[in-house]
Amino acid sequence: MSAIKDIDVKEGVDQETVDAVREVGGEYKYGWNTEIEMEYAPKGVNTDIVRLISDKNEEPEWMTEWRLAAFSRWENMQEPNWAMVSYPKIDFQDQYYYARPVSMIEKPKSIHDVDPKLLATYDKLGIPLKEQMILAGVEGAEDAPTTPRKVAVDAVFDSVSVGTTFKDELKKVGVIFCSISEAIREYPELVKKYLGSVVPVSDNYYATLNSAVFSDGSFVYIPPGVRCPMELSTYFRINAENTGQFERTLIIADKGSYVSYLEGCTAPKRDVAQLHAAVVEIVLEEDAEVKYSTVQNWFPGDEDGNGGIYNFVTKRADCRGDRSKVMWTQVETGSAVTWKYPSCILRGDDTQGEFYSIAIANNHQQADTGTKMVHLGKNTKSRIVSKGISAGVAQNTYRGLVSMHPKAKSSRNYTQCDSLLIGDKCGAHTVPYIEVKNNSSRVEHEATTSKVDDEQLFYCRQRGMDEEEAVALVVNGFCKDVLQALPMEFAMEAQQLVAISLEGSVG
Amino acid sequence: MLKIRNLKVSLEEEEKQILKGVDLTVEAGKVHAIMGPNGSGKSTLSYVLSGRDGYEVTDGSATLLDKDLLDMEPEERAASGLFLAFQYPVEIPGVGNMTFLRTAVNGQRKARGEEEMSAADFLKEVRAKAKILKIDADMLKRPVNVGFSGGEKKRNEILQMAMLEPKMCILDETDSGLDVDAMKLVAQGVNALRDEGRAFLVITHYQRLLDHIKPDVVHIMADGRIVKTGGPELALEVENNGYADILSEVM
Ligand SMILES: Nc1ncnc2c1ncn2[C@@H]1O[C@H](COP(=O)(O)OP(=O)(O)OP(=O)(O)O)[C@@H](O)[C@H]1O
Ligand SMILES: [Mg+2]
Repeated sequence: MSAIKDIDVKEGVDQETVDAVREVGGEYKYGWNTEIEMEYAPKGVNTDIVRLISDKNEEPEWMTEWRLAAFSRWENMQEPNWAMVSYPKIDFQDQYYYARPVSMIEKPKSIHDVDPKLLATYDKLGIPLKEQMILAGVEGAEDAPTTPRKVAVDAVFDSVSVGTTFKDELKKVGVIFCSISEAIREYPELVKKYLGSVVPVSDNYYATLNSAVFSDGSFVYIPPGVRCPMELSTYFRINAENTGQFERTLIIADKGSYVSYLEGCTAPKRDVAQLHAAVVEIVLEEDAEVKYSTVQNWFPGDEDGNGGIYNFVTKRADCRGDRSKVMWTQVETGSAVTWKYPSCILRGDDTQGEFYSIAIANNHQQADTGTKMVHLGKNTKSRIVSKGISAGVAQNTYRGLVSMHPKAKSSRNYTQCDSLLIGDKCGAHTVPYIEVKNNSSRVEHEATTSKVDDEQLFYCRQRGMDEEEAVALVVNGFCKDVLQALPMEFAMEAQQLVAISLEGSVG
Repeated sequence: MLKIRNLKVSLEEEEKQILKGVDLTVEAGKVHAIMGPNGSGKSTLSYVLSGRDGYEVTDGSATLLDKDLLDMEPEERAASGLFLAFQYPVEIPGVGNMTFLRTAVNGQRKARGEEEMSAADFLKEVRAKAKILKIDADMLKRPVNVGFSGGEKKRNEILQMAMLEPKMCILDETDSGLDVDAMKLVAQGVNALRDEGRAFLVITHYQRLLDHIKPDVVHIMADGRIVKTGGPELALEVENNGYADILSEVM
């Protein structure tokens, strides 16, 4: 049976894609709201709010100072406007910066104390049953041999982390996987050493704001030589209205370690746009390897462009140690506005960075996304495969920087950037920046733009697929190189998302 | 099975009539062949029947098992049992041949309100049918028609037909580009599907295909009309004398 499953996943769309499309009937699937009593900090951001967030998380003084320093920088910064996106001016004082379920005020002693409504929310999000049981604290759930592969989950609901599964099992091999607020309290030395070392406080407008007001997020430490025994995963959920989500993720892969990390995101439907400004930092020491996969499915706004998530994210990996290797894979189907460039700093010699991306923009969505490959060390290699799909009146921009520094001798980059247009009112743009400052390095860039071919659609339909199945099949074929780079569970989910997010794009 | 009455079709883009009143009836269980000079409208007829965009039906009707074909979406026609083996099969990069087939089979089953085929049953059946057509496992995994040779594409069309088990099969020049052995394989594939409840409309230029797939009726199409209908001997006449005699006789 498992061999059959393999074929389905590798070859493109499978039955479930089609079922998923039917099931959601073209509507955003995760658009419901959980009725939970919330505690909010007052609207707006100022030093009091920064202190309050720090205080709520029971942070030590150094952390409060770190935040305040970031805040005073942010106050003197300008919102960037170079990306190919346009949106109404965000009133940063009209947002809540902190919201948490009242049931979380007393930190649950164990997962047993978590509000069942929260757990029900994660259930609806399709977090696998086993993790559900564990999140719900079912006795003996950890040992139940129900799933062939374990995935440890950290779930973040609005501003706070509600629970992390498989913690103890991970601890046995020395892996730390917990919320960042817990890490600040429990592992201050690690946090102090690495936080802000990849994405400095002053990096950019949104990252600086995040540094001041981040409320929670995930923390991962993999000790030297350890291959993390399971996939680690974070689900982010924005539930509360008018609330920005500013999560912070810090992953440290020590010498010779390996981890695969998955991130999934959803939000309810609201007709007012919501802000999401996350920072992800990954540190790789010698010979470490990290795979970071994202399936981003924030609410994209309705067909007329109302509401949706404004997604301004800074993700960066620093391959500090020689021979370390990082791979970013992302499937971006949601958000009204996306501004996101997961980057690789190839500092060590013989380090490698890879970036695989599918970005889908439908209706009024705007995506400006890509990557930066900064080659600093000798013999460094990077590879970029970007698949952009535009439909409706959406605008999709790939923006990528490849930079070969003078010391990055004999380095290589290969970039392949393909755009697919559905209909004739949407746009695709490719903006490559290439800097080569030594003469032994090589950069290759290939770009294509094509339209969904009517002949292909007719061929599929003559064989019995309806128009939407046909589009999903053809588009999944177009994205195949990237889908293959995802862990298997995510590949399935991603295929379904591709189908769902293109609903209504033809005909 | 298939009834076409006075079918007149123009191009949507320009004022150009291509089918000028086609009359044709194909009974269940029969094999009909259509021959005719290049550009006479044979492929156009097959496209109009299967619902491709770009044509405007200005007059006439076409029914499959008494259902109005021209009123249906292409996928509804397919689910009702219409299959077209394309003169030029289409390539779909990145989509595995097997995935394509399975999506198609289950798409039709769902449209007809039938159970979907399980992955295991599907695999078993597809392997068995591929074997008969000498399509190897590698070709089943490769993206649909991408990098297939001309002959491989045509055999792949027949595999799709065998899996979908349609009622009315239209084969548009399936013999072109086939070597002698492949032609025999394709003919075998078709003959294996010949059945009381199924009919074939075989568009071809050559008698050699009809040596292997014996037609019951042969039609000659010229300038957008069926101008002559006869038995298998009509194909031989074309083979020996070309179209000149027939055309001068009817024009
Ligand atoms: N989209 C189109 N635009 C312009 N002319 C067209 C179009 N489709 C068909 N035609 C014309 O209609 C006529 C019939 O074409 P069709 O492909 O049906 O012929 P055929 O009988 O299948 O020929 P062959 O034996 O060469 O395959 C031709 O003159 C062709 O040029
Ligand atoms: Mg033709």
